Amino acid sequence: MNHDNVVVGLSGVTVELDGRCVLHDINFDVHAGGFVGIVGPNGAGKTTLMRTIMGLMPVVSGRVEVFGSPPGGKGSDAIGYVPQRQSISPEFPATVGDVVMMGRLRQLGAFGFPRKKDWERVDRSLELVGMQDRRDRPVGRMSGGEQRRVMLAQALCASTRLLVLDEPTVGLDLPAEHEFYALLRRLIQDLTLTIVAVSHDLVAMAGQSDELICINQRMHIHGNAEEVIHSHAIREAYRCEFDFLGGELAHHETPGHQHDG
Amino acid sequence: MFDFAFMQRALAAAVLVGVLCGILGFFVVLRRLAFIGVGISHSAIGGVAIGILAGWNPLLTGAVFAIAVALGIALVSRSDNISEDTVIGVFFSGSMALGVVLFSMKSGYQQDLFSYLFGNVLAISTVELVALACASAVIMVIMLLTFKEHMLISFDEEVAAAYGHKVLAMNVLLLVVLALTVVIGVRLVGLLLIQALLVVPAAIATLWALNFRWQVLLATLIGALSGVVGLVLAYQFDLAAGGSIVMVAVALFFITLLAHFIHRQFRTPPSVSLDQP
Repeated sequence: MNHDNVVVGLSGVTVELDGRCVLHDINFDVHAGGFVGIVGPNGAGKTTLMRTIMGLMPVVSGRVEVFGSPPGGKGSDAIGYVPQRQSISPEFPATVGDVVMMGRLRQLGAFGFPRKKDWERVDRSLELVGMQDRRDRPVGRMSGGEQRRVMLAQALCASTRLLVLDEPTVGLDLPAEHEFYALLRRLIQDLTLTIVAVSHDLVAMAGQSDELICINQRMHIHGNAEEVIHSHAIREAYRCEFDFLGGELAHHETPGHQHDG
Repeated sequence: MFDFAFMQRALAAAVLVGVLCGILGFFVVLRRLAFIGVGISHSAIGGVAIGILAGWNPLLTGAVFAIAVALGIALVSRSDNISEDTVIGVFFSGSMALGVVLFSMKSGYQQDLFSYLFGNVLAISTVELVALACASAVIMVIMLLTFKEHMLISFDEEVAAAYGHKVLAMNVLLLVVLALTVVIGVRLVGLLLIQALLVVPAAIATLWALNFRWQVLLATLIGALSGVVGLVLAYQFDLAAGGSIVMVAVALFFITLLAHFIHRQFRTPPSVSLDQP
């Protein structure tokens, strides 16, 4: 592996929530230009892992580095974040352009007033996600798929080189989901982005990502999608047997299987 | 009627507080802080009572007390074990009870109590008006400088925190500014009615405008208009000024609600769906 182009690096990361260990000894590197999917069953700690990478959760032990610095450090301006979110309130009193501009707040000049170049950047971000004609529309009136693209444009509005996405397609129907992943693929090529995405949707992640990381409170497996889906480790993480390639979940519970919500 | 100096001062105070409450009220409505506003305004009664009993400026002690209660609510409601509305209920009733007990220890307290509960804008002095204008200016500048950050936090706290914004500090700042606004509005409508000026004009604005720029502008205009019309009515019909101002705002709310309902019933449906790509 080339260690010069590591965008996200976690080594021995342990995170506790209210005194309970939710992530234990997590180790992986994400390299530039890749699409890495993080999967695991409900309650596996996927969102906690995303929040840890973003510096929103303190680690008990281990080290997290993003662009070679701790989260929130010098590389933080290059990170775009799309948190898990079902929808934007229909009453939220802002246009699509206003919401995208919020992603650029750190770069705005004195008093936070946007300049011409900031609005040009907003237009460029909206163009990247195919929403350039919606800038002045109320954001709450957009459809679910459009709102997701607005959030993506917001995340791209800074000098973004890393996109961190938490359940990016939750609540979308199948065509909207396919369209969203196609857009991510295009962005990786056009902008040489690195994407780290968490999803409960193992099938979608296996189909879209270059690498898969499977966790269930600890690391189970990290490799290319093909390797991971055929591994015993992923079945161990999900605590069940399934016929992945058949697309049919044959849910043979193993002894000790627990539904953890 | 505005030839009288006391009416000129009252008019200036009504417009200032109306504008200030319009700006703050926008965030109170957007972030659903109406109940916390009630809690802060009612609990300031405890601080006012301490001031009167100790011989200090009651508005200053009220402000300090309201800020302390706002911080207390923010701190205690961070606990997972107790909900924010419960915390507000405890602080609000406890502080009000303290105020009532302290007022009862002072003979002839009813006049003081009434003036702080329901306002007495016609008695505002020039010094008080200047202090009110200075405090309002400081709050407006703070809100102007932090407006975009508050909008981002209102939109998504998680994204704001991920981008390095101090979400907790900004939330506390908003509560402190809200507490100060409550005390600034005491002279105009009193501690029991100031909440109406924080909520009603902003609520009217949300019915008519979809964008925050228009909502803030409308809320400030409606706040100021309610103050002016309420004062005129109070003078003409010899009514309590604070109550009249709030009644005007509430009447505007119901008229707007009715107009909004009628507008929705008779408007033609849009020819192009917003959901279409």
